[in-house]
Amino acid sequence: MGQPYLRLAAAALILAAFVLGTAAFLVWFERKLLGRMQVRPGPNRVGPGGLLQPVADILKLTVKEDILPEHADRPLFRLAPLMAFVPAFAAFVVLPFGPGLVSADLNIGLLWILAVSTVSVLALIAAGWASNSKYALLGGMRAAAQMISYEVPLVLSLIGVVLAAGSLRLGRIVAAQAHLWFAVPQVLGFIVYLIAATAESNRSPFDLPEGESELVAGFHTEYSGVRFAFFFLAEYSYVFLAAAIATLAFLGGWSGPFLPPVVWFLVKTYAVIFFIIWLRATLPRIRIDQLLSFGWKVLLPLSLVNIFLVGLFRFI
Amino acid sequence: MILFGILALLALVFAVFMVATRNAVHSALFLIGNFVILAILYITLGAEFLGLAQILVYAGAVMVLFLFVIAYLSAGTEASETGPALAWQLPLGIAAGVLSLGLLLWGTLGAVLTPTAAPPHFGSLAFLGRALFTTYLFPFEITAFLLLAALVGVVVLVRDER
Amino acid sequence: MPYFLGYTYVAVFLLFGILIPVGALLANRLLAPRHPDPEKLQAYECGLATPSDNTLPYNVRYYIFALLFVVFDVETIFLYPWAVAFNRLGLFAFVEMIVFIGILVVGLVYAWKKRLLEWL
Repeated sequence: MGQPYLRLAAAALILAAFVLGTAAFLVWFERKLLGRMQVRPGPNRVGPGGLLQPVADILKLTVKEDILPEHADRPLFRLAPLMAFVPAFAAFVVLPFGPGLVSADLNIGLLWILAVSTVSVLALIAAGWASNSKYALLGGMRAAAQMISYEVPLVLSLIGVVLAAGSLRLGRIVAAQAHLWFAVPQVLGFIVYLIAATAESNRSPFDLPEGESELVAGFHTEYSGVRFAFFFLAEYSYVFLAAAIATLAFLGGWSGPFLPPVVWFLVKTYAVIFFIIWLRATLPRIRIDQLLSFGWKVLLPLSLVNIFLVGLFRFI
Repeated sequence: MILFGILALLALVFAVFMVATRNAVHSALFLIGNFVILAILYITLGAEFLGLAQILVYAGAVMVLFLFVIAYLSAGTEASETGPALAWQLPLGIAAGVLSLGLLLWGTLGAVLTPTAAPPHFGSLAFLGRALFTTYLFPFEITAFLLLAALVGVVVLVRDER
Repeated sequence: MPYFLGYTYVAVFLLFGILIPVGALLANRLLAPRHPDPEKLQAYECGLATPSDNTLPYNVRYYIFALLFVVFDVETIFLYPWAVAFNRLGLFAFVEMIVFIGILVVGLVYAWKKRLLEWL
């Protein structure tokens, strides 16, 4: 009787710790890597190699004064960080870290991640609108326009994988790649996914919503303290999720020789994250017209071609 | 069953708040809340794909569109003031409400009175896919034309500005 | 995994997701200083006084992309059941889906030709 409840509580606690730990670690990982790529040390004061820097940051943000700007829409301003963080957090529940190592093995696991992450788009618009600030409003609108434009190619590139695996269950998608990673036959879909996922998580070179040089800080211009921290945590959770889906759907998930499956999963995911950070260090920001026309005129047709090819090869 | 009751009640509360609030953005948020509760209802009834599709399409796409429009129209203006109520508004509203309630009852009562067991894996994706491409093939292709019509509608809507 | 057990996990996890920020906000309320002053509460502006209504009209283009997104989002929803059932459906379903996507591609090309995808 007590056993399933115990497993439930344990899984929830472990996963919660993992999500928060990962988000904090990614902040350090990104700052350190960017530092190295720009020939500077990066964070190196707090803890060994600056590893405790994010912990210090989170502590600092927690004890900061909570500022509600004048004329802001108070209930909405308070709700928006939650609307951003809760879906990002909830998406992790379906991630399989290894064979059987998954909290909720839903039939439609992949769709779950995609569905809850659309709620975050609403959070960005809400934050931008509630702040009563032109920079926040513009940033929120840009973020939303960008996310919806890249959502379509992102989903279409994953449809190719679903087609080949015949299931939306993430475990089955990994199992279907036992002989050949989907990144090989569906290289087009993989490229479209990587670009669209980078844009979807509002990362450079697609970081227009937060373009510091024009929009101050975009939708979270007016946010400070803990509320800002939750936007930040949500953003890094999505980076991890984007890389984890790339691993599960295209790079064979946890499969690999010698090492235990969990290690393989994390190694592949962090390799993808490294690539995304590398992009940020290399490429300049693009303009909004370039961004939108690239999404609709290049990525969307390419992802349709990918689906067509995958479907066609099923018959040959 | 108890869960269903609680969720249905919550959905109703959200719906009432949506109509009652004066702020258009708050109204939209209550509508999102309502959609999410509906999605949970679908999931508890075994239709998981429908539930998530509800979140994707309504809470995601349609509400983003609504929020864009609301924010666009309300930028630079204070909270909207409603004008004096029109004389025929109330009776017409009541008539429409009664009519739609009647239609709903007419449509669902038959199903409620003679419940039939759903086939196994009723809500599953594979079942849905097979039904879509066999029994409901024609409506499915019609949907494509409907979406095409919507696209043409978008083009017509925005052509005027140039 | 049984259907409802899976969603029980999801529900518990959602609850956790709400409790963490609520807890953090409570901690913030207990620990953080609170000294509001009118200057600090103003919305950000580059050194000028902030007008009380600080919103501005923005480009109607965003709205067009939202409209396009609704159409294509509905299309992708139809693709999921197709992709999952594909192996059992065979050539017929493949052709059907090509027709479905083809009709929408016509729409996309039309919008493209009408210069709807440009940002002006």
